[in-house]
Amino acid sequence: MPELWEILTDFTVRNALLGAALLGVLSGVLGTFAVLREQSLLGDALSHAALPGICIGFLIAGGRHLWPLVLGALAAGAAAALLVLLLTNHSRLKPDASVGAVLSTFFAIGTVLLTYIQNRQLPGQAGLDSFLFGQAAAILPADLGVMAAVAALGLGLVAIFWKEFKLIAFDPGFARSLGWRVSLLEALLTAMIALAVVIGLQMVGVVLMVAMIIAPAAAARQWARRLETMVVLAGVFGAASGMLGTIVSLARPGLATGPLIVLAATGVTVVSLVFAPQRGVLWQAVQRRRTRAAIEGGRVLVDLLQLARAHGDEAFATEQGMIDAVYGADAQPVLRQLEKQGLVKPLPPQLGKGQQWQLTSAGQAEAQRLLEKREE
Amino acid sequence: MLAAFLDNVDLVLMTIGALVGVAASLLGAFLVLRGSSLYSDAISHSILLGIVVVYLISGDVHSPYQVVGAALAGLATVYLSELLGASRRVKQDAAMGLVFPALFALAVLLINLFARDVHLDEHAVLLGELAFAWLDVVTIGPYDVPRSLITMGVITLVNALFVTLFFKELKLAVFDPGLAEALGLRPRLLFYVLLFLTSVTAVGAFDAVGAILFIAFVIVPPAAAYLLTDRLWAVVAGGAFLAVAASIAGYHAAMWLDVSIGGMMATVCGLSLVAAFLASPRYGLVARLVRHRRQRAEAQILLLLVHLYNHEQETTAAQESDLAALQHHLRWPARLGRAVVARAQQQGLLTVGPDGQRLHLTDKGRDAARQVLEPWRRG
Repeated sequence: MPELWEILTDFTVRNALLGAALLGVLSGVLGTFAVLREQSLLGDALSHAALPGICIGFLIAGGRHLWPLVLGALAAGAAAALLVLLLTNHSRLKPDASVGAVLSTFFAIGTVLLTYIQNRQLPGQAGLDSFLFGQAAAILPADLGVMAAVAALGLGLVAIFWKEFKLIAFDPGFARSLGWRVSLLEALLTAMIALAVVIGLQMVGVVLMVAMIIAPAAAARQWARRLETMVVLAGVFGAASGMLGTIVSLARPGLATGPLIVLAATGVTVVSLVFAPQRGVLWQAVQRRRTRAAIEGGRVLVDLLQLARAHGDEAFATEQGMIDAVYGADAQPVLRQLEKQGLVKPLPPQLGKGQQWQLTSAGQAEAQRLLEKREE
Repeated sequence: MLAAFLDNVDLVLMTIGALVGVAASLLGAFLVLRGSSLYSDAISHSILLGIVVVYLISGDVHSPYQVVGAALAGLATVYLSELLGASRRVKQDAAMGLVFPALFALAVLLINLFARDVHLDEHAVLLGELAFAWLDVVTIGPYDVPRSLITMGVITLVNALFVTLFFKELKLAVFDPGLAEALGLRPRLLFYVLLFLTSVTAVGAFDAVGAILFIAFVIVPPAAAYLLTDRLWAVVAGGAFLAVAASIAGYHAAMWLDVSIGGMMATVCGLSLVAAFLASPRYGLVARLVRHRRQRAEAQILLLLVHLYNHEQETTAAQESDLAALQHHLRWPARLGRAVVARAQQQGLLTVGPDGQRLHLTDKGRDAARQVLEPWRRG
């Protein structure tokens, strides 16, 4: 496919893909902790709060340079997180109302500032509203440097505080009893979500960023049973969906990047929810069928053995109608299943009699085992 | 009079804003108290999918199906999130955060692909613009009436009717869903009706304030009212009142600064919440701090009185009842000790000897200490 190769080697595209990969890895890794600590929707508040931060950064710097915007977004995110904590801990509002109030108020302030900038026709404001939904094509090499620095900071902090974050995610009470400064560490983890948000500004935009925090982590959770695995998988899922969404959005001009990345991440999550081993919907459905078949098969086996013993011969062949009556339903499908397992065998049909079934020696042993287990 | 009202652009825009605020905060009061207020976040995002899909099918932005389709999309989000959360594969909060961004993203993508040309612009959808209400008018008799004024008027009326008629049921469903269930009031059904009306209101509010500012009107005014009062009806009415006040103040501020009207209205809502959080007489931060300090001061005095009372009859009374001794025996820094003694002296609970060190309980102080130690001997 020469065309695809051409797209992939294109300068803009390479920048965008690198950016998407950085974003995916960081938001996946940090999202893991947010999801495990049931703070998913705090991510929503932080990402919406980035909007006024961007606008203030723009107003101060007087142009669309990424560093001021990033710092503004970080500061606004931290302020929002602090406010949510304040409202939750020091007022009678429930967490959901605190999150919702902060989210919507910060976004409202952002809207006001955005229209302020637009209505003043300030220079260099073009594309400021691309931060709402993300525009991968607008990424410059210099932006990439900023994103890489932020990602390195975020991942570095996770590496340094790995042990602490792990304990906080699963047992904050124990961490507190060890004398750790848990609230400080929690504040750090929350503030780091703002890092992920900041890095996603250009790719996904403030509105949909919450999905990139939740979806890769939720997908990874389905496959992983250890935090290490989950973090790595979430990073991989995030990067993969980021790059996939970016490629599609670049293939056709006019498509906002954010929604496509989010849809890709959601797709990964849906696949994980359905197909993941042990937790997946499909896996559990199969498991349930197997368990049920085993139980039903066991019942018929024991019935057969007891019927045979009633006739004083464990190899006695019982008629199908008799089995149905004892089993309480049509036992045909169960018997066929047992036949496949080599536990019962049908006798050759005889004139004037229904189908007859006989326990094989393996079937007798199995039925005996089940009977003993039942009596325990 | 009607003509004069309709000619007054400012007044009409303020009225639309106030109607959005009242309609949203009436329902929001119950969502906030139930702890489900973030459903409004999910709903206001996902109704866009309903709007877009109905538009793509019918080709009309203002068909009545629009409202129904959008409201169904809102309910579907809630239902899907609850289903996903109930499957226990992801937690409830993450479930919601998975569902609504996905639906919203799909809607934006559909707009990008098929509906770029109409006024279903994704930025307008997000931010809304109240001033554009005049671009879409309906002619009734001799009058040109903005469509949002009519829609929001009807929706506000319906919401007010719902809240009034089912006030008792809603109250019980919010505060004691178990009892409501036992009485056969179907709290879950009622909750879904509430969410349905929220979706409908979100659709109506869409053009005026956009998806996200709608959340501000649902959550912030009732939350602020809740910090000010304990009565449910006062939370509901107070939220509506705050919403109206925020609309008026926000409109003027927006005109003055030349910025988004809806954004400014929501910002004012936020400011009112901050004010209530800080200055509410009973639940505000300041009131709590003051109360906390006062309680601490009272407790310190009582501690001192009990200390003196306990040692009054002992041979060591002279050493124990010494101002300087408090540093060691109660672990109070010298300054704190002096301050507490001064306060207690002022209240006539103890006297200080001529050396300025020896503390003596007065009868009143002895009574107070005895009440702490033996509260059953009261009176």
